[in-house]
Amino acid sequence: MSTADMALQALIWALEILAIAAPVALTVAYITYFERRIIGWMQVRKGCNRVGPAGLLQPLADGLKLFLKETIIPTRANKVLFLAAPLLSLVPALVAFAVVPFGETSLFGIWETPHIMAISNLNVGLLYVMAISSLSIYGVLMAGWASNSKYPIIGSIRSTCQMISYEISMGFGLVTVMMLAGSLNLGDIVHAQAGGILHWYMIPLFPMLIVFFISGCAETGRTPFDLTETEELVSGYYTEYSGMWFATFSLAEYGAMILISLLTSILFLGGWYAPIPALDIIPGTFWLLGKTAFLIFVFIWFRATFPRYRYDQMMRLGWKIFLPWTLGWIFVVGMFIYTPGLDGIINFWLAWR
Amino acid sequence: MLETAFFNLFAGLSILSGMGVVLSRNTMHSVMFLILCFFNAAGLFFLLDAEFLGVILILIYVGAVMVLFMFVIMMLEVNVAKVREGFLQYLPLGGMIAVILLVEFVAAAGSGVFADGAMAQAAHLGQEVNNTRQIGQILYTKYLLGFEIAAIILLVALIGSIVLTLRGRKDAKYQNMSAQVKVRREDRVRKVSM
Repeated sequence: MSTADMALQALIWALEILAIAAPVALTVAYITYFERRIIGWMQVRKGCNRVGPAGLLQPLADGLKLFLKETIIPTRANKVLFLAAPLLSLVPALVAFAVVPFGETSLFGIWETPHIMAISNLNVGLLYVMAISSLSIYGVLMAGWASNSKYPIIGSIRSTCQMISYEISMGFGLVTVMMLAGSLNLGDIVHAQAGGILHWYMIPLFPMLIVFFISGCAETGRTPFDLTETEELVSGYYTEYSGMWFATFSLAEYGAMILISLLTSILFLGGWYAPIPALDIIPGTFWLLGKTAFLIFVFIWFRATFPRYRYDQMMRLGWKIFLPWTLGWIFVVGMFIYTPGLDGIINFWLAWR
Repeated sequence: MLETAFFNLFAGLSILSGMGVVLSRNTMHSVMFLILCFFNAAGLFFLLDAEFLGVILILIYVGAVMVLFMFVIMMLEVNVAKVREGFLQYLPLGGMIAVILLVEFVAAAGSGVFADGAMAQAAHLGQEVNNTRQIGQILYTKYLLGFEIAAIILLVALIGSIVLTLRGRKDAKYQNMSAQVKVRREDRVRKVSM
């Protein structure tokens, strides 16, 4: 490979990364806007409508405000880790997007075979996403420890316990998807669900869809599970953060929310396929983003609807309800696959037999 | 060329971060260096086409084991002065191990095992070769017995650690959550006629 080829390849990679990172950042800004408008609508009030037409410039104004605020670093804090912690939680949330397939394209017929639209079409894509998203724990732990203050450290330990607990049931939920698809490649998992809404994994794995989505809610610290970072509890692990560094934490949280929604649509809701095969003339990316947008709406809907969990109730839900459910469903799916007579039912969804 | 460059990057960074683990005074920094070291080791696995092992290394070690390390360190109060006190005491033993290792490395390097022609040159496999599938197939067929024995040992260790740390405290308060959720207004509020 010559130097010119390598430079060209590097340029393509940079463009690919930019093509995903920039829309994600923009989407995060406007999700905050939609969240405020939707919650306002659900609570029969206006929501933000002052800055720009219908309040559309509000996220930019918020960004400017946070950018101009002073960054306060506590005197006894560990300075390096204090500043590294927000970045440690933002980086995994963005890096995980590298393997997410956004659809399939033959570039208007130029390529003979359709290519998967992902930065890297990794064979172990699902494991990669699990591994990377488990790293976001470090941002939380570091933020709590480096602040050198009581509330953040208690908040961070509680938050970490929550994330570890729900990661387990999430992982077992994914095992059932692997059992049906027979692959860890996200593109292959979507291909296994081709052919209309009845082939989507939400039909045989409906309880896992529920468990995965709720666990994702707990993993990102969204509302029924946001007890570690609420105002009443002094904002949990980011008590001491202000200005841009605080904004980085919420950027990471919303990025993780988009990722969970994308993954749920890819794994359970047929990815880029339309519910009826005839509707596949609409490009798949629109379908995928539409499903994702709906799931993000569901996240916001949760926030407007449910009261917060108590800490011990949340732990009970993770360990005593979700974990047995997921283990049981793995057993059920395995039994259906290998019992003669029952395998006729599951063969409809089984991609590898 | 690119591969060699990446190998040197990952190998160099893992050595540097390994030194950082030992040399940094702050235990929290040591843990962070150890995490960096694991990442670079995973990068080396990726260069060898062993993407499954690389991802599993990050998932298990960085995602789970190191979090436990960090929990323990956050709970402990580490006295730096006391740690440094033992330095001279352990120096002879540590130095001896270091010298023996150095002699071994030099002897191995001089024996011709690492000569240019002697090293195995592994060709890269195509993307259609899925090493997750290969590892799974060999684990569940050829090495099934060993795999199951390892699983049983892990299960026993898991139950053992729970049994060892479980103290049935009778003075602690427990809440029956399903009873709490099932409660109705009639159970708590009583209408009295005045």
